Amino acid sequence: MTNMNAIEVSHLTKKFGDKTVVDDISFNVRPGEVFGLLGPNGAGKTTTLRMITTLLKADAGQVKIFGHDTVKEGRLARSMFGLTGQYASVDEDISARENLMIFARLNGLSRSDAKERTTELLKEFSLEDSADKALKNFSGGMRRRLDLAVSLITRPTLIFLDEPTTGLDPRTRTQMWTTIRELVKQGSTIVLTTQYLEEADQLADNLAIIDHGKLVRMGTPAELKREAGGSKLSFTVTQATQVAAAAKLLATQVTGAVRQTGQQLSVSLSKVAELTPILAALDQAKIMINHLSIQEPSLDDVFMNLTVGKN
Amino acid sequence: MEVQMHKGNVVMNTATMAYRNLLKTVHNPDNFMDVVIQPVLFMLMFGYLFGGAIAGGVKAYLPTIVPGILIQTMLSAGTGSGAQIREDLDSGVFDRFKSLPMAHIAPLAGQLFADSLRLLIATVTSLTTGYLMGWRPAVGFGWIVVIGLLAIFTGWALSWIFALLGLLAKSAAAVQSVSLMTMLVLSFMSNAFVPLHSLTKPLRFIANLNPVTYVITAIRQILATGGWTHEALLVVVFDLVVVAVFAPLTVWAYDRN
Repeated sequence: MTNMNAIEVSHLTKKFGDKTVVDDISFNVRPGEVFGLLGPNGAGKTTTLRMITTLLKADAGQVKIFGHDTVKEGRLARSMFGLTGQYASVDEDISARENLMIFARLNGLSRSDAKERTTELLKEFSLEDSADKALKNFSGGMRRRLDLAVSLITRPTLIFLDEPTTGLDPRTRTQMWTTIRELVKQGSTIVLTTQYLEEADQLADNLAIIDHGKLVRMGTPAELKREAGGSKLSFTVTQATQVAAAAKLLATQVTGAVRQTGQQLSVSLSKVAELTPILAALDQAKIMINHLSIQEPSLDDVFMNLTVGKN
Repeated sequence: MEVQMHKGNVVMNTATMAYRNLLKTVHNPDNFMDVVIQPVLFMLMFGYLFGGAIAGGVKAYLPTIVPGILIQTMLSAGTGSGAQIREDLDSGVFDRFKSLPMAHIAPLAGQLFADSLRLLIATVTSLTTGYLMGWRPAVGFGWIVVIGLLAIFTGWALSWIFALLGLLAKSAAAVQSVSLMTMLVLSFMSNAFVPLHSLTKPLRFIANLNPVTYVITAIRQILATGGWTHEALLVVVFDLVVVAVFAPLTVWAYDRN
């Protein structure tokens, strides 16, 4: 079991008509990690997830969940994961408690076990106070929490979350992140799709960036950021007459191109230590600067570099 | 607590799904309105409008129209299953059902079993309205129960067809409009409201091909003779064949979806 991947996806492909929405995607997910599928709207994230979770038939390729083929051993594979879809897939007309009870029973729990688990989950997800109200009166956040609770009934070790925080306010989003981290701490493997870079950065151990159905890059958030280039130094030259001289001086200090916007100059640094000689040289030339900033590369840069201009 | 995974049990899963659908209906009494109002309205309208013209009086028309409206109501209650299934599919709840390790027929069968409650209500309303209008069948109450069950079983069998429609159609609105037309054509192109001999030849030919005609004839015969008939047996066999054909087709469409 130790060397077994939680998920092995190989050459997964799906066509809708003559449009290839998922194009030969392969990746592995290790047990205990948070794996993020990141991509813009319509990139094929949800379609990929639906194929992995057996909701959609793949045109080509194979998916193994803990070594079990999802086509040949569909039922067994299905029993190993929990799924929370993009749209809360809970019943609107009935209460939170009834939803949990019904899904617990459908998962094969006995009546008393189902009751016990329902009470536990209501408490864990702070839904006790509204447990018996119809879901129509629930807020978006409560609905998502219930949805997640439903997919955790059987304590699956593998959890799929399709855009778990889309449409949630910042506070609820942070709560959701806490819940997800809590699950990881308990040993769950999580696969999530997101279009939020911050979310991917916060939660994921490994990321696959998907665009137009293709897997364009894979790696840890840190690796991907490193790839996007080093830190960015930018400052404003106080006196307009000195801008040209400052730009010239900067060019002698770094290898990258110097960009100029009005009186503001910016340049990429391969390492932060390059900053000291630059400042010393500026001081020596008696060039006054202000608004100095150094920006670490963000996943935004990675995302933009890899997907920009194509959509 | 260690959660045990049982192998999905079709009967238990179906019972749970039926319970879910019943809960939904109980929380939403609007779902009953069509099966309560429609038979009352139709019975009154058709009875008092056409009674004189067709049978020479409302009372004389009732033995014709009560079974007719009863089956028409079964048809229209049956169409509700299709619309409900389409709604569930669109809402994403079925995605979750599908990702659960349970029998694939359970969500469908659960829906249809819960819908038999709608059929029961429709039957009771139709027959009661008929009774209040002066319908007095000569046979005992036992036979009334028999024709009620025959009607419900027919409605239930037909709802598998509408369920398939619900799975194949693009939207709930499409299901509803197609179902409505099917219901109207099937119920009017039969002996539900008029005696067959009053029809023109081509129309009579169509009515004789219509299975609804046979169901209504079977019910009228039981009510007239107070005994089980050959035709009634034929209806039961027909219903069983419909279920045997359409239940697997519906599951196939569900898996394909």
